[in-house]
Amino acid sequence: MTHAKTQFGYRRHPDQDRAGPDAAEHSVVVVGAGPVGLSFAIDLAQRGHKVVLLDDADRIGEGSRAICFSKRSLEFWDRLGVGSRMVDKGVVWSVGKIFHGASQLYQFNLLPEPGHKRPAFINLQQFYAEAYLVDRVEELPDISLRWRNKVSALEQRNDRVVLTVDTPDGPYSLHAAYVIACDGARSSLRQMVGAEFAGQVFEDQFLIADVKMTAAFPTERWFWFDPPFHAGRSALLHKQPDDIWRIDLQLNRDADPAAERRPENVRPRIARMLGHDKFEFEWISLYKFQCRRMDRFMHGRVIFAGDAAHQVSPFGARGANSGLEDAENLSWKLDRILRKASPESLLESYHIERSAAADENIRESTRSTDFMAPATRQEARLRRAVLALAKETEFGKRMVNGGRLSVPSIYDTPLSSADVDRWRGGPRPGASMPDAPVAANGGPVFLTEAFIKQGTGFTLLEFGNGAAVDAPAGVSAIRIGGEGGLVDSEGLAAARYDAEAGSAYLLRPDGYVAARFRRPTRPALDAALARAAGLN
Amino acid sequence: MPLSTASNFAKPDDAFRAIVEAHRGLNEEQSADLDAALVLILANHIGDIEVLREAILLARHRMIEANQQQQQQQQ
Repeated sequence: MTHAKTQFGYRRHPDQDRAGPDAAEHSVVVVGAGPVGLSFAIDLAQRGHKVVLLDDADRIGEGSRAICFSKRSLEFWDRLGVGSRMVDKGVVWSVGKIFHGASQLYQFNLLPEPGHKRPAFINLQQFYAEAYLVDRVEELPDISLRWRNKVSALEQRNDRVVLTVDTPDGPYSLHAAYVIACDGARSSLRQMVGAEFAGQVFEDQFLIADVKMTAAFPTERWFWFDPPFHAGRSALLHKQPDDIWRIDLQLNRDADPAAERRPENVRPRIARMLGHDKFEFEWISLYKFQCRRMDRFMHGRVIFAGDAAHQVSPFGARGANSGLEDAENLSWKLDRILRKASPESLLESYHIERSAAADENIRESTRSTDFMAPATRQEARLRRAVLALAKETEFGKRMVNGGRLSVPSIYDTPLSSADVDRWRGGPRPGASMPDAPVAANGGPVFLTEAFIKQGTGFTLLEFGNGAAVDAPAGVSAIRIGGEGGLVDSEGLAAARYDAEAGSAYLLRPDGYVAARFRRPTRPALDAALARAAGLN
Repeated sequence: MPLSTASNFAKPDDAFRAIVEAHRGLNEEQSADLDAALVLILANHIGDIEVLREAILLARHRMIEANQQQQQQQQ
């Protein structure tokens, strides 16, 4: 089925021979080798830490599952050294079309401007993403990836967490200063810490089928309300690599799950949609949505990320992408804490920033789901009115909600320093860095690449032709313009950052803006850096 | 208070009449459809979420009061 390695062997680790008071001690144990746990482990290892990564299975899960990976996720994966592999294999797209009945209502372009290293989205089966991340892990000796290691008990102490880990050779004990729980929506660690995971359950059922066929449909996201082939319901068609197409069909609320997922029942529906039955099934799954999150992403020394911490409906590609954003948000903070460069209280900003992002993702995906599956007759009536108005009005088109696709949140966070100068545009503090094409001696380069080259620590992005700003210790610098600086020949970097000569942005290690200045002074930079590092 | 509740039409009767007449000849289902479209069109024209929220509050408040009065009269 795939050309990627998906089966891995259990190997006994010397830690398993240590018992009682001699149990192995680690600074970080990550539980769950899905996209979030793998990415987090790689990021932290690249920042110079040893990481133990446990997974209860010994293989990558079947089925495509997550397929849409966002620009932001790709930029994160670039920092981890796997971005190009993902993009080379993936299907690049930025255009979505919304249909009502047989006719197109409107289309949108998620990245209508050039000058970005990465596209708005790629579609890539989750098992490829995981396989490429595992390959990267295997290049990093600081990560100990242990398959068929299942956490069966957890005990919190003042200075550590004690894990009991079951293996084919029996249980062993691991001590960790921090445990990062990336063990998915059915997280067993979440149950072990006794955390609630309450939220909204949607009654509507959806059928996902990945089918293999050669088709000439463009690489666009097509979404139908009330299509001729699936009256009264919604449908989605999206291309993946290897001639695989994701089809998502809304079912009736009272549909019988066991019957609906049988290939002989799925086939006629999809044949109606495609107009032929020359396709094979790769994967069929039936699901209901839940939108929920944990109250607190941190429970003592156990920190939750990804689906373990929050769950959204799939319309909007906000599941895996938000989990990856959790990983990049957490890793630089934990890095600083482990190096004793920042106090442990910096972790609180992980909860603040990422729980607010989870709320935003839940809000957006709940709205999409409500629009697709109106709960009352009046809601259905309002939706009907929107769809009718969308035919002839721009405002109607924009109200049609066939999924609002994942964009990075803008953090309202204590790590940001508020603007003191006047800005007409550019990313405000708490927003992620926009990309732009610039040129170095060696030729063209993107700003996101320059950021990676600087080591993804705190970085001062300076625009100017004057004297270099006196950057605080440990802060690297990217200069645009001036002698020896990057050349912004198209002016896109200056435009995207609303920059004038002398403007400077202080970027966090995750590429988010901590502060920005028209004329930075050393005391202002020091204060902004201290705030962003959680030192005050 | 951004929601204007002063009388804005020179001839309020014309406005009320226009809305009433729009519903003439429609059954309840059709009338409800018309209202839904009308609300969305007008909301977009106003284009101010605070004004819209205040209008919703006012409408809900009136509706609840009117229902209570009706119930009291029935008792």
